[in-house]
Amino acid sequence: MKMRFLTVVAAVALLAACSSNEEAGKANTGAGTAAATTAAAKPGVVPGSQADFVANVGDRVFFAFDKSDLSAQARQQLASWVVFLKKYPQDKLTVEGHCDDRGTREYNLALGARRANSVKEFLVAQGVPADRLKTISYGKERPAVLGDNETAWAQNRRGVGVVGE
Amino acid sequence: MRQTIVTAFAAVLVVAGLWAAPASAQVQIDINHPNVQPLPIAITDLFGASAQDSQTGRDISQVVSADLERSGLFRPIDPKAFIQTPDSLQIQPRFADWKAINAQALVNGKAEMTQDGHLRVEFRLWDVGAEQALIGQAYNASPLGWRRIAHMIADAIYKRLTGESGYFDTQIVYVAESGPLKHRVKRLAIMDQDGENHRFLTDGADLVLTPRFSPTTRDITYMSYYRERPRVYVLHLDTGRREVLGDFPGMTFAPRFSPDGNSVIMSLEHSGSSDIYVMDLRTRHVTQLTSTPNIDTSPCYSPDGTQITFNSDRGGNQQLYVMNADGSNIHRISFGAGRYATPVWSPRGDLIAFTKWTGGTFYIGVMRPDGSGERLLTQGYLVEGPTWAPNGRVLAFWRQERMTSRGRGGSDKLYTIDLTGFNERQLITPLDGSDPAWSPLLP
Repeated sequence: MKMRFLTVVAAVALLAACSSNEEAGKANTGAGTAAATTAAAKPGVVPGSQADFVANVGDRVFFAFDKSDLSAQARQQLASWVVFLKKYPQDKLTVEGHCDDRGTREYNLALGARRANSVKEFLVAQGVPADRLKTISYGKERPAVLGDNETAWAQNRRGVGVVGE
Repeated sequence: MRQTIVTAFAAVLVVAGLWAAPASAQVQIDINHPNVQPLPIAITDLFGASAQDSQTGRDISQVVSADLERSGLFRPIDPKAFIQTPDSLQIQPRFADWKAINAQALVNGKAEMTQDGHLRVEFRLWDVGAEQALIGQAYNASPLGWRRIAHMIADAIYKRLTGESGYFDTQIVYVAESGPLKHRVKRLAIMDQDGENHRFLTDGADLVLTPRFSPTTRDITYMSYYRERPRVYVLHLDTGRREVLGDFPGMTFAPRFSPDGNSVIMSLEHSGSSDIYVMDLRTRHVTQLTSTPNIDTSPCYSPDGTQITFNSDRGGNQQLYVMNADGSNIHRISFGAGRYATPVWSPRGDLIAFTKWTGGTFYIGVMRPDGSGERLLTQGYLVEGPTWAPNGRVLAFWRQERMTSRGRGGSDKLYTIDLTGFNERQLITPLDGSDPAWSPLLP
């Protein structure tokens, strides 16, 4: 509960900062989250696009083994997704849920769905309309990082946002 | 093509019993002893009067020999050691010649193309020690059906000498994998259980997973990401027609046919929770069987259709459960260390095979439906997804090799293993493979 309150505050602060790109950049660095938008500074990146989202917001959050609850770090990251989605109200977001390969295929499909849904529920609670959000689970079928070690597994247990219209 | 072969088989003529097994026959394999020495068997080339028939006879014998050898229960003797020639064998076995090379069983027969263009094949199985015929059968089929005849002969020999039904006249459907490990191209593929007659069923455009046969073997239920909507489908093999099962808001996955083929049981995900549902394929009526905020998945019916096993994390982590077919009387059956998944009921009803994971190692194992008698058959960095041969004596599964830091390895291969935990063999496929499902004996 306390965490949620803090996150809301962070989101509000970011929103306020959005009027100025420079300030947003500073505020975000200070808060330890990805910049909500500095797209204007990078030629070729369309504001509100997937490229903008990946480069300037950060398109993923990570989960603990066999878990789908959001860490404090994940919540901070998702707060910046909320800012982005409010800034670009035409954007829709598909939330992908992924798993490491230390589990069986069918269970991981379900676990990926639970992770994607955790992210969606957070975004909705932060005011993003549910009809702008879609979830899909890929289970362990689409690893982000190859390697059979804890570092790789940690990066594969993820929720990924994909911007569309 | 497929249809042609199957139709031809309606004309199969079985003359079993013509050479009734005498009570004095001695040759027999005790299948329950894993360390049993494979039975030395002489499988001669089926006699053919013409060059073409002779070739067909040789081809059939080689398939029979390979089937029996792969079972681990037979040791086909190198034909180079044979003393009696095929034409004299046609008249009568000279048992002394076969005893001299330590053959305990002998197979001979003949192949011929009939005037109406059918392939007619006969074989006999002999007990060399008792100097008696054990079985003899004849088959008629289209010439394209010679492989199936060979598998049926292997099944007949296996059954006569082990007392168990065979499993050679079967197919395996699986997920063929290719391309980069981060974005594998996955296609449904089907093949005979020995890897022959391999063909792809989907083109790789969509991610497909977990194919399973209907009891008739003519339909496959599976999961596809067609249009990025992960849903359960049924593919009708004879028509190539695909249909999505139901129209649900969330993902449907982990499908399997009921033993009568009238229903598909599956998981349905809604708002992050996965429950088990069953759809009646005739009425399309859907019944929800489990209802928790947890993950309930990988459901599988008992062969009599009265019970369902599945895995769930409702107790904290993944364990195996059994419930009645109407969803009542849910009870946990796995209590060992670690996590349990993918329970699959044996066609004989006596065992449930599963994937287990503990201490960083995966295992394929079996236990009784009441959870007792757990036995682990094989292990690895990742082994997963057992499927039973129709006689309940052999399992197929898939194995993912550990990937090195250089990114080598990491690919999936199919394997088979005996219920005893012996005789593990790789099932060679053109591409990498996962999610095998063994068919019932072909109709």
